[in-house]
Amino acid sequence: MNKTDNHDSGRRDFLKKLGLGAGAAGLVLSGCDGAAKQLTEAQTAASGEIPTDKMTYRTNPKTGEKVSILGYGCMRWPTVPTGKGEGDDEIDQEMVNRLVDTAIAHGVNYFDTSPAYCKGRSEHATGIALARHPRDSYFIATKLSNFAPQTWSRQASLEMYRNSFKELQTDHIDYMLLHAIGTGNGMDDFKARYLDNGILDFLMAEREAGRIRNLGFSYHGDIAVFDWALANHDKYKWDFVQIQLNYLDWKHAKELNPRNTDGEYLYGELEKRGIPAIIMEPLLGGRLSNVPDHIAVRLKERSPESSVASWAFRYAGTHPEVLTVLSGMTYMEHLEDNLRTYSPLKPLSEEEIEFLYATADLMVEYPTVACNDCKYCMPCPYGIDIPSILLHYNKCVNQGNVVETRQAPNYAEARRAFLVGYDRSVSKLRQASHCIGCNQCAPHCPQSIDIPKELRRIDKYVEQLKQGTLPLNNAQKA
Amino acid sequence: MLKRIRQAVAAISILMVTALFLDFTGTVHHWLGWMAKIQFLPALLALNVGVIIGLVVLTLIFGRLYCSVICPLGIMQDGFALLGKRAKKNRYGYSPAKKVLRLLMLLIMIAAIVAGIGSLVALLAPYSAYGRIVSSLLAPVWAWGNNLLASWAEAHESYAFYSVDVWLRSGVTLAVAVITLVVLAVLAWRNGRTYCNTICPVGTVLGALSRFSLLKPVIDTSKCNGCGLCARNCKAACIDSKNHRIDYTRCVACFDCLGKCRQGAISYRRPKKAAEAAGEVDSSKRSFLAVGMTLAATAALHAKEKTVDGGLATITDKKIPKRRTKIVPPGAASIRNLERHCTACQLCVSVCPNGVLRPSTDLSSMMQPESSYERGYCRPECTKCSEVCPAGAIRQITRAEKSSIQIGHAVWVKENCLPLTEGVRCGNCARHCPTGAITMVPSEPDNNSSPWIPVVNTEKCIGCGACENLCPSRPFSAIYVEGHENHRTI
Repeated sequence: MNKTDNHDSGRRDFLKKLGLGAGAAGLVLSGCDGAAKQLTEAQTAASGEIPTDKMTYRTNPKTGEKVSILGYGCMRWPTVPTGKGEGDDEIDQEMVNRLVDTAIAHGVNYFDTSPAYCKGRSEHATGIALARHPRDSYFIATKLSNFAPQTWSRQASLEMYRNSFKELQTDHIDYMLLHAIGTGNGMDDFKARYLDNGILDFLMAEREAGRIRNLGFSYHGDIAVFDWALANHDKYKWDFVQIQLNYLDWKHAKELNPRNTDGEYLYGELEKRGIPAIIMEPLLGGRLSNVPDHIAVRLKERSPESSVASWAFRYAGTHPEVLTVLSGMTYMEHLEDNLRTYSPLKPLSEEEIEFLYATADLMVEYPTVACNDCKYCMPCPYGIDIPSILLHYNKCVNQGNVVETRQAPNYAEARRAFLVGYDRSVSKLRQASHCIGCNQCAPHCPQSIDIPKELRRIDKYVEQLKQGTLPLNNAQKA
Repeated sequence: MLKRIRQAVAAISILMVTALFLDFTGTVHHWLGWMAKIQFLPALLALNVGVIIGLVVLTLIFGRLYCSVICPLGIMQDGFALLGKRAKKNRYGYSPAKKVLRLLMLLIMIAAIVAGIGSLVALLAPYSAYGRIVSSLLAPVWAWGNNLLASWAEAHESYAFYSVDVWLRSGVTLAVAVITLVVLAVLAWRNGRTYCNTICPVGTVLGALSRFSLLKPVIDTSKCNGCGLCARNCKAACIDSKNHRIDYTRCVACFDCLGKCRQGAISYRRPKKAAEAAGEVDSSKRSFLAVGMTLAATAALHAKEKTVDGGLATITDKKIPKRRTKIVPPGAASIRNLERHCTACQLCVSVCPNGVLRPSTDLSSMMQPESSYERGYCRPECTKCSEVCPAGAIRQITRAEKSSIQIGHAVWVKENCLPLTEGVRCGNCARHCPTGAITMVPSEPDNNSSPWIPVVNTEKCIGCGACENLCPSRPFSAIYVEGHENHRTI
């Protein structure tokens, strides 16, 4: 079967090289002008057959195993509504199976999940899809996601750990992570979650026993925790560390939010110690793909046939210490686009990297909220749909539908688009006006967004639109 | 010819009035709002002298043309009658006037208006009956159609249509609307304008006037062969063909008889001999005068700790708190004024974009509007109900006026307040109060670390319900609005 596939794609490659396609025969009839080549059946980089044997691999220095540069993030599995109630859905297992099959067929061998993802259903669904393939054909990464104080006890944490084996239908975890250290209350939470209850010692013993093959952590938030963990590298021997890295956060993370740290520092610290880096948020939850129009044009102009997202993935992969780049691919189109980008990876040139940094400088001018739709903040106990509100706001910012004054030339359309779109994206009872500011959400945000403050800002803007009380012009604003 | 013109004008007229009730965007009212204001009973209750004089003059010249081309309930009945006529030709016949019944109904109506029994007025008033039928039965269908378009627009990234809530505002009003529609449809199908000539008080009043109208259908006895075809096609059952007489109090000027007469014996013109029946003292005339005079005189949800990511917490629906005094919208001036003038036509209920107004279920003010804040609150930028009211029950106010009209005041319910029951920070009521009437204070004075609770300065509170609606406590809010009998400006 594989043979025929290869044979088939080989033939297409051959035709492509000749500049001919299925439509070539028609050419003769339609005349012989210079535009003839565009009339051939599209066989461009963006639509041709995806090679199954060109995936770029990186080597884990400890085990020597080859890890695909594209890692599958299992945080955003597709869902289908159950129709039982608002927001009630279930994972589309059939689609998950197809996505996993396609990924594996094209050389992806790293799957990253967590007991908390997808309302706690990700491990189960991932386990089902992976168990249909030989256990030695992929690596499983999961985490000890004991965020809630009720899971800080040794017993509750161990229960969570053991349950992961059951859900993932395996007897060993290839990559085990302490989950998002640095979030919540910094060092205090870190100690409560992993040190005081002896869980980190336990996990190291498990590594000795071979049930965990690599032990590492993922980091967001308070830099003190990251620094502490690396300072104790000799003791814990981290096999890898998962960090957030992309061309926007490389130099702008701290500037955009003083509580965050630039990617440049995080990666630099790992590189110094020779610890392999696993990259998360290479696309910022789609924010580096769904960009304002003129940014998209800028990137497309440079390379008309590659997607906007492919720039972000090539950027992440270009760093040599990177073991794998995670992408939470909900749709087959995402997966296919990423497979193209990484089969094989074409590293960025110095000049291209500078071009991306200049693009990042343009992006920070937009007052979007740094939400990556990871849903760690959810569920809000009072029913607010936080990510949907922030995403709607970002969408309007990117489309130029957030205006500052009533004299803005597009005020009427922008107002309508914002308000009508708001009711569509978020049902009335889940809008920002219902946020009471209890602040349960904010400590969970890996991007350290002050969620109640942002919701209040958006609610105020909505009221100004509804009541027509935005400043009339810039003079009044001042 | 006259019949065709009447039908065309009537069709346009009913479409325009119906559009008023279906439109939720507030644009149609700008153009067609006058259609509601020229309805007889609302104009009378609003003491809209110009309209009343206009309608009286119209009737004195043309007869009850009002009933044929302005009154939507009349036009709707003609629609059903048309279907009935298709089923069976020449189906009507002459019947003598039911004077006692007509008079009784008129007296009941006058008594109800004078006594301020709004629910009775609402039941009898023709325009209101039509309003209820459209707003309860047709408007939901219209809204669903719109929502279908909205979902289509959403799929195409267009903001041309937006979706609206469809909800049952009052079961009683819906039931009344259904019964009215069924009864009228059956009556109109079988016997034409029975309702208009026995029950409808407006019909009785205009009938008294139309006896004296300048133009009316007149039978030329020299041409008439007494075939009775006119009578069998008269939906008002008012042509006594044997005696060549027409009861002009019941003729609704539909002109159907003119074309039906094969002898060309009926024409619409000034009668040659002036009022031969003048000697008959008509009781309905007296009662009409009585109406004019009397009217002139009256003119929670519990916070769960999160362990996994994603998902939406279930939100319990809010329930209506028990209010000692009901809330009526700003512009109504007082509960009494609203009950006196409102004909319960449901126009305000139809246009309220915030889900605040709904028909009352109280016996005394049945179907008249009242406010409640479970679905939304009386937003500062909205004055829609005051713009559309044709009866002067909700008088037109500006946004600036609205911001200082006190229709009620907020009351705090300690037992439901989240900072005390769940120990969270809140203050959503204070944050959204448009007049700054709510302040958050520590529940234990001088102890800033005790839970903070809202206190209401009732002098500044206007009763808009933002606090009640946005309070996180469910199903009963920890702060709710008590209505005021008389509104005042603060």
